[in-house]
Amino acid sequence: MKRWLAAYAVAFYAFLHLPLLTLAVFSFNSSRFTVWEHFSLEWYRAIFRDPQIVEGTWNSIIIAVWATALSTVIGTLCAYGLWKRGSRTLTGALYLSLVTPEIVTGVSLLALFQWTFRWFHWQLGLYTVILAHVAFSISFVVIVVSARLRTVSPALEEAAMDLGANEWQAFFYVTLPALLPGILAAALLALTVSFDDYVITSMVAGVDSETLPMVIYAMARRGASPVINAISALITLVFGVLILISERVRAT
Amino acid sequence: MKLRSWFLLPTWVWMAALFTAPFAIVLGYSFLTRGILGGIEAPWTIESYQRLFDPLYLTVLLRSFAMALTSTALCLVFAFPAALFISRAVRYKNLYLQLVMLPFWTSFLVRTYAWIFLLRDTGLINTALQATGLIHSPLPLLYNNGAVLLGLVYGYLPFMVLPIYATLERLDPALVEAAADLGARPITTVFHVIVPLSKPGIVAGSILVFIPCLGAYLTPDLLGGGRTVLVGNLVQNQFTSARDWPFGSAVSILLMALVTVLLWALLRCESEPLA
Repeated sequence: MKRWLAAYAVAFYAFLHLPLLTLAVFSFNSSRFTVWEHFSLEWYRAIFRDPQIVEGTWNSIIIAVWATALSTVIGTLCAYGLWKRGSRTLTGALYLSLVTPEIVTGVSLLALFQWTFRWFHWQLGLYTVILAHVAFSISFVVIVVSARLRTVSPALEEAAMDLGANEWQAFFYVTLPALLPGILAAALLALTVSFDDYVITSMVAGVDSETLPMVIYAMARRGASPVINAISALITLVFGVLILISERVRAT
Repeated sequence: MKLRSWFLLPTWVWMAALFTAPFAIVLGYSFLTRGILGGIEAPWTIESYQRLFDPLYLTVLLRSFAMALTSTALCLVFAFPAALFISRAVRYKNLYLQLVMLPFWTSFLVRTYAWIFLLRDTGLINTALQATGLIHSPLPLLYNNGAVLLGLVYGYLPFMVLPIYATLERLDPALVEAAADLGARPITTVFHVIVPLSKPGIVAGSILVFIPCLGAYLTPDLLGGGRTVLVGNLVQNQFTSARDWPFGSAVSILLMALVTVLLWALLRCESEPLA
């Protein structure tokens, strides 16, 4: 039994990781076909020569940084508020926003933006993407920070207030410092989901706000290419490291 | 106002403006008529909902259901032994768990693309099989239902592993030992003791996998190559090329209704399902 389980686990982890590993290996292949020729960094150089990829990456970074900053602040405040006293309506809404199919979130945000544009002469652009990303990142932040809050004792704030701190001071000097690892982990998570999102972004992005996932998607629709292999390997590496850091931080 | 109210205010505002309001607009649109140029017009009607019963769209709905059910079942079969393995590991338990989560938190798009790289006609699998001489022309691995199913299972497997692992961790080892003492073979213990006792995790995991599979858009789009139209693709199509926003809205509302019921069921069996 034990041996069977171990053998199964090897197959299971191979299934999970081999696709990305082979992809990464072939991103160093000099041939554009899936036959190994020799080691080359050609496709990595090609990434930086492609203006679309470079611009898409910049847009994605700008969006991810804004969305992360906003959703981390908003979500942390929300998690703290819910920790003081729960709200079934708000928690329910946050969960619902999390499980809503991305395509439905995307089209309904598009419908909302188009509807507001009837009165204002605005257009879809980077800011609509940022607004949308904050909307779906908040619930991730709330969940991660709430998990951290469960390890914090309310008695600490009570003690601080007995000693003369007001509500705000108790939050800022007592609970907030204890939450920092959770907040950092939440921010890294928000950064990841924002940087990766394609479905919602593609619905609400303007003509001037093509993101990296949109560029990758357009290329992937045309089939595989060694350039996408290289970007994929880079993204996996960068975000793999970010997530590992986030896990480390969360565990402290 | 108390501090707590101020702290909740930004989330209330954001959710009202960018979750409830869009939903309300889509709900409204679903009862309106499609304009000649693809806009939204009066009169109010339930025609869009009636069209859901058109055999053409009913097929799409049923196919999505069948696809989501099959992927959930496959995820369960693949995830259960893995969760059992992790829960019984003496060392490196956290490492094993992180190895399940790691690909999940890296890019979904990249993970889907990886299967295009592997499965296409000139992909790794076909090239390797041809090189060994097992086949002479490439197998049609990509752009079919099987590829979509594979992509869904691959994409959402961690959602099944984690809740099952969580219930297995809470399981009293004495029960397993008791079964062994009473003469049950290990495999009997698994099916008659461990599986029934991990039902809450199985239910939670199944719902967590079923929900995103039902509304999947990216996987069928990239791996199905437009041939496997699921309900998510139908929504996207109605809002873009078909420009029938009322019908697209009605399909969205139907999806939302299904997801809400499933979420309710999930919260009933676990109050903090994602923590």
